[in-house]
Amino acid sequence: MKEISSAIQLIPLEYYIILSVTLFSIGVMGILFRRNIIAILMCLELMFNSVNLLLTAFSAYHSDPSGQVFVFFIMIVAAAEVAVGLSIVVMMKRNVESVDINLLNRLKW
Amino acid sequence: MIFLFYMLSAIMVISALFVVFSKSPINNVIFLIICFIAMAGHYILLNAQFLAVVHIIVYTGAIMVLFLFVIMLLNLNKAIIPQKSKMTRIMAVIAGGIFFLVLLAATRQTFEIQPRYPFTSEIGLVANIGKTLFHEYLLPFELSSVLFLAAMVGAVMFGKKDHLSDEN
Repeated sequence: MKEISSAIQLIPLEYYIILSVTLFSIGVMGILFRRNIIAILMCLELMFNSVNLLLTAFSAYHSDPSGQVFVFFIMIVAAAEVAVGLSIVVMMKRNVESVDINLLNRLKW
Repeated sequence: MIFLFYMLSAIMVISALFVVFSKSPINNVIFLIICFIAMAGHYILLNAQFLAVVHIIVYTGAIMVLFLFVIMLLNLNKAIIPQKSKMTRIMAVIAGGIFFLVLLAATRQTFEIQPRYPFTSEIGLVANIGKTLFHEYLLPFELSSVLFLAAMVGAVMFGKKDHLSDEN
């Protein structure tokens, strides 16, 4: 246990902040970049996970277990969100025969 | 130890970029799984063993397999979706870069926050997480089961064939 605890103290917290911010920006860029709705859901998962990593890093550096419990709840919500989102994808494929989000523009204006 | 951090971060960022830029949905899922396994390594590095195990089980074991199931069920690997126009893609990359800079500037102030509690390395162990979860967060934990039930009912309702459109 001694060696692992020294690992946290060797890496500055800033590195984790920068890593999470990078991953979150990549997720945002992917959502703007892709037209496939499944790829957009995957980029959403990437953003969820960058936030999870940041919460865990703060929780570990500040020695407060509430952050990690919160990450657990975010995982629960992400699992529910993916189940509903993928069933929407299946329904969309069945109704419009495509997974292109540019076809889903009836609520746009 | 810092070398391990750099290696895991490089794997994560490169595979995340492949998730965005590779065209085939199957490749996207594979690269996202690589990214998530590297993230489990980060959790272990942060001494959060419980979260590392839950992350592997829930994300790579359940969610990504669900994605793969849907892609194979709908046979999406053959259907190539036309990409956005070149202008839109360039603007997406620029907007992502600017968003990165803004977030970096906004989080710079958090670099100097001092820890509130004295440092202990046993935060992420199952015993500590379980105590916190079942003492302070018992009500949200029980409510999350209601959320799961609602999500399950919603998924079944979406997945069912529409009876009204069948009759017409």
